[in-house]
Amino acid sequence: MQLENPAIVAFILRRIALSLVTLVLLSLMVFFGGQVLPGNVGRAILGPFADEASVQALNQSLGLDRPYIVQYWDWISNFVQGDMGMSYAFRSPVAPFVLDALANSCKLALVAFLIVVPLGILGGIVAALNVNRPIDRIISLGGLSVTVLPEFVTGIVLILIFSIWLDWLPVTATWPEGAGLGTQLYHLILPSLPLFLVLFGYIARMARAGMVEALDSDYTRTAVLKGLSWPTVIRRHVLRNALLPTITVIATQTGYLIGGLVVVETLFRYQGIGSLIYTAARGKDFPMLEAGILTIGVVFALATLAADLAYTLLNPRIRLGAET
Amino acid sequence: MSALDSAAEERSPLRELIAALGRSRTFLVGAAILLFWIFCALFGEFIVPYDPLADDIINSLLPPSAEHWFGTDQLGRDVFSRVIVGSRDILTVAPLATVLATVLGTTLGLITGYFRGLVDDIVSRIIEAFMAIPVVIVALLAIVALGPSTLTVITVIGLAFSPIIARTVRSAVLAERELDYVAAAKLRRENALYIMFGEILPNVLPPILVEATVRLGYAIFAVATLSFMGFGIQPPSPDWGLSVSTNYGMIGGGFWWTVLFDSLAIATLVVGVNLIADGVAGTLDD
Repeated sequence: MQLENPAIVAFILRRIALSLVTLVLLSLMVFFGGQVLPGNVGRAILGPFADEASVQALNQSLGLDRPYIVQYWDWISNFVQGDMGMSYAFRSPVAPFVLDALANSCKLALVAFLIVVPLGILGGIVAALNVNRPIDRIISLGGLSVTVLPEFVTGIVLILIFSIWLDWLPVTATWPEGAGLGTQLYHLILPSLPLFLVLFGYIARMARAGMVEALDSDYTRTAVLKGLSWPTVIRRHVLRNALLPTITVIATQTGYLIGGLVVVETLFRYQGIGSLIYTAARGKDFPMLEAGILTIGVVFALATLAADLAYTLLNPRIRLGAET
Repeated sequence: MSALDSAAEERSPLRELIAALGRSRTFLVGAAILLFWIFCALFGEFIVPYDPLADDIINSLLPPSAEHWFGTDQLGRDVFSRVIVGSRDILTVAPLATVLATVLGTTLGLITGYFRGLVDDIVSRIIEAFMAIPVVIVALLAIVALGPSTLTVITVIGLAFSPIIARTVRSAVLAERELDYVAAAKLRRENALYIMFGEILPNVLPPILVEATVRLGYAIFAVATLSFMGFGIQPPSPDWGLSVSTNYGMIGGGFWWTVLFDSLAIATLVVGVNLIADGVAGTLDD
């Protein structure tokens, strides 16, 4: 890679700076939403019948009587060092809960990605090779129709079909303690399907668009005219150029995936970061909620950053050429 | 009809748009679905066989039958009546959120696109950063902090969607501001506010219209999801997402009719609005 190229270095630095701005903005929103807007936290924990003195004492012991700017700095600098605060509900550090949940969510997301990426790309390729034929219509229209459906809607229908009527797959995603990889996978198939349905349409559409463009290009015509066989043309010239944009789209979909995880994990009662956020939100456990959201923000920022950098390094001409 | 009349008719862009939409099958199917649900929202309560909110414990959890077409839920309420009337709240909240997002986003986009320079740089970076945050998460946090209410949901979704519309409007404005009519307005010493809203805005309406219909689909998605999670439309509304949320715990007992019909209702509405968006986009692109 030509890392010495100053334009690329400048672009990468700019891109990293943008991620940092996003994270700072998110942390401010999380702080504002979690610690400023709710008002009197001591009162919220102790309930309406506690006397004023104990409410104030609790606020003081939680450090909530200090100026907001001090509280923010304290919170964010601790967070960066791995101390995510104390849960109101469990009266214990938040970090282990968040990290466990994150690991579980990663398993679910990984299963979903492993199913959707090959199938989505394959769907796009098949559609592109049959442009405007019935099979293309089915893949494109079908993919787009399920993409727009909320995950809990597809989730409910899938549960009804595969768990209740056919009795093939378990209703909940939680496997028995100490279950092996096979059992874990078996429990994760159904929850990953709603995520699959949301992502399939996007990925197939991008792969299809990239393929159609590549098939239409001069280099493909040249390859055909110089006598290469059609499979060789597809493999060597079309696929290579078509799949690069698809890879970026896949990485940017982590945002949708994370939003979807909150819903899917709630629906399937899976102990991931989405259901952690949901439970914390219902119980007004603000330290847990803040830590969960900020962790997701960090993961998301890293994923999109990695996607953008990979895309730039693989194909500097496109990104830097389009830069104004 | 005289030649003059037909010439005037051909030139009216609005009539042309409506005529073109009338030829788009995608748009017509979507519009029919949406109109059906709007009709149910407005007049559903007069045509349904039962009161959608009335409990009837003795007849709870009955499967679909001639009396209760979609069965009854755990409180004995008629599911068919609830599904028909359940379109009302989501069809109020989601469009209002979309209008708010469109107004805010258009204003932001006009300002950043027209003035460019430092204002544009700062606002654009903030918009970019904001767009990198999943909407459901932002909405969840804000609603928990403010307490769930219809007004909160509208405001939060409206705010969360406005940057996306702002970006679309900005790029349209960037192209328009270089055109002669803007230069002419500047020469006439019109003030910036008039140039932005009186001169440029009418010319960037088509992309705004497309973006707004697309956003309406996402707003319905978001409101339904938030209601399902208990942070959107609140009881005792017969809202679909809310009904699924209260009934899906019993799904293991085989009471499929308490969740299936509400889910399908959401699905048809979302798909309908997306078909409209596709139809509008396709028509304006040609």
